[in-house]
Amino acid sequence: MKRKTLAFMLLFAALTWVLAACGGSGKDSGGGNGSGPENSGASSEASSRETSPGGEVTLNLMHLWPEGSNFAQYKIVSSIVEQFQQENENIKISVEVLDNEQYKDKLKVLSASNSLPDIGFTWAAGFMEPYVKGNEFAPLNDLLEGELKGQFVAGTTEGYTFDGTTYALPVELNIVPVFYNKAIFAEYGLEVPKTYEDLKEIIQTLNNNGVNPVALGGKDAWTASFWYMYFADRLGGDNLMDEAVANEDFTAPELREAAVYAQELVDMNAFLKGFVGLSNEEAKAEFMNENAAMYMMGAWEVPNYTTNPDVPQEFKDKIGFFKFPVMEDGRGNVNNWVGGPGVGLFVSENSKHKEEAKKFVSYFVQKWGEISVSEAGVIPATKVDTNAVSLPQMYIDLLNELNNANKVTLYLDVQMKPVASEEHHNLIQALFSKDITPDEFISRQDAVLKEGK
Amino acid sequence: MNKVMSNKAVIALYVLPSVLLILSIVYLPILFTGYYGFFDWNGVSDMQFTGLGNYKKLLRDQQFWNSAWHSLWFALMSTLSLIAYLLVALLLSGKLSGSNLLRKIYLVPMLLSSVAIAQLWLKVYHPSSGILNTILEFIGVQNTPNWLADPDIVLWAIFVPILWQYAGFYILIYYAALKNIPEAVIEAARIDGANPLVIAWRIKVPLISEVIKVTVVLAVVGSLKYFDLIYIMTGGGPNRASEVMASYMYSKAFKSFDFGYGSSIGFSLLLICLVATWLIRMLTASRDKIQYGG
Repeated sequence: MKRKTLAFMLLFAALTWVLAACGGSGKDSGGGNGSGPENSGASSEASSRETSPGGEVTLNLMHLWPEGSNFAQYKIVSSIVEQFQQENENIKISVEVLDNEQYKDKLKVLSASNSLPDIGFTWAAGFMEPYVKGNEFAPLNDLLEGELKGQFVAGTTEGYTFDGTTYALPVELNIVPVFYNKAIFAEYGLEVPKTYEDLKEIIQTLNNNGVNPVALGGKDAWTASFWYMYFADRLGGDNLMDEAVANEDFTAPELREAAVYAQELVDMNAFLKGFVGLSNEEAKAEFMNENAAMYMMGAWEVPNYTTNPDVPQEFKDKIGFFKFPVMEDGRGNVNNWVGGPGVGLFVSENSKHKEEAKKFVSYFVQKWGEISVSEAGVIPATKVDTNAVSLPQMYIDLLNELNNANKVTLYLDVQMKPVASEEHHNLIQALFSKDITPDEFISRQDAVLKEGK
Repeated sequence: MNKVMSNKAVIALYVLPSVLLILSIVYLPILFTGYYGFFDWNGVSDMQFTGLGNYKKLLRDQQFWNSAWHSLWFALMSTLSLIAYLLVALLLSGKLSGSNLLRKIYLVPMLLSSVAIAQLWLKVYHPSSGILNTILEFIGVQNTPNWLADPDIVLWAIFVPILWQYAGFYILIYYAALKNIPEAVIEAARIDGANPLVIAWRIKVPLISEVIKVTVVLAVVGSLKYFDLIYIMTGGGPNRASEVMASYMYSKAFKSFDFGYGSSIGFSLLLICLVATWLIRMLTASRDKIQYGG
């Protein structure tokens, strides 16, 4: 009997230990990741929510750029935090760093227990919708209409706006140009295309000479989606796709026509052989090895053509970019871009120090805008004065394009809710491998949008 | 010492940590998975109880049955490939010169992680610069296949690395079992005038039948829940042509953030594996137990 009691007590102790270990893990993970001085606050999370007697306020900030993998961004955040603390002596920022996937998971767990950090990063549209619906994020309209008015590139905050209320402010912005190899173009006497007909001629010429026209990795369907989106935009104009997703109606004739054009390019062998089975990395390698003349990709690739020391200068000099050409009879402006903001800053609705947190967000957005291009090659969502900073020419050109942008259409897969987005990837892959007809593409995409999930 | 070890309470105490571990990281999550399957849940918002809704949807989900068929196809093919493994093991266990070296060569793929194997075969299958198509072009084949991009051949293209990956494992099991057969039994058969083929078919294979049954279960269940290599090589594509149950579960739960539905797929996968195991056990049950004479 005595033994039984002992065993039971041990079991109880063991279980308590397990529970305690679970509870503690949340606190530990922050300290493990960062070693900077501003990280030391993470371990005292419990006390950080209260205002200390001297009127000092501690804000928790969670971001997703670990020192190891995203050093440039990590350094910028650290220096902004430091400067902010110097200028606002009563506010302390305690930083927690996680890498991308862990960050997403932790955000979910924290929101389930209503303990989001005061300030954090979120992705736009589909990703943040559940948080907005659950009243987890605070509205930031006052900042947008106040001190940050006119600072953002047109259309970048829309992805974070629900029913007219903006819940996060973007810090990154990417647009998708077509990068091309000038040397290959010169060899065959080709010029940057102005119309879709020009583009088709270029593809024909390159194919006739045994050069791969376009590097595309269809296994990563989001890259093929870029091509589809540009057709849809150039045919149907500024708001075609935004409205299709917002109204859960994918039946506009231009959307179908875009699918027809996408398959026309496939028929022309515009893309690499077997591209539906290739990943983006494999396709990119063909472009970097000059086995393909064009590559449509986000502006995040620009460091590879400008500043990356691992890429030979000789190659960098050969690379330029052009805007997707216009279509005959299409309503799309040549200054319309596919693209979108990456992550944006949110303030937690449950934060005890919302005013201070907003102050930091505003400060962060402005500082980030000043230094992110020159120091990290990250294009901010705020307007950049290209005369004030010294940058590689390709950045300046891109930034000027951005300032002249008529409209930036957010990536379809980001606009859509998760289930529709996953199916979009599938359908794009099926469309580009000619497994389905444009009509099936439209009807199936329409059906899954209407599910509303 | 012996006295302590025979004390039930002490035994319980020593076993306790592993029991707790296995309960908390294997059995409880399985129960939770089944439980989550009753909810509509995207991971952030509140869970909504939908009863059997997810399971009903699953039964009507064309894409799920499509992926289930692919899993089943892999299970059948893996079971058939056991025959080839058995033949190789029979050869190796005979008096073949160099069998020692061959055995080690067959074992190498097993030592590689699935990720490495997938990367390796991605290079082999590369449509323009892969070694396979380069050779095909060299011998004059035009329009070389796009191995991983063609829905009609992608399953076969994935099956070859799997066949290769597990060769060493099963050959090793069979080899060990064959080596365990007492030499006297073989000797007796030989004296009675049985030729090597008869010895292999009538003596050796029946004697290791228990081992063969185990490998069938391993191959079937392993194929039904196979995931990593497929996920890396094709991600279930193109257009779900190589989607299996596990990769479908992953894409529903972690790409569509439909955790409720993903859980119901996972739980069904578990049930299907259990049923398969039970069926194989039933079908191959034998009454008499094999004993090597005294």
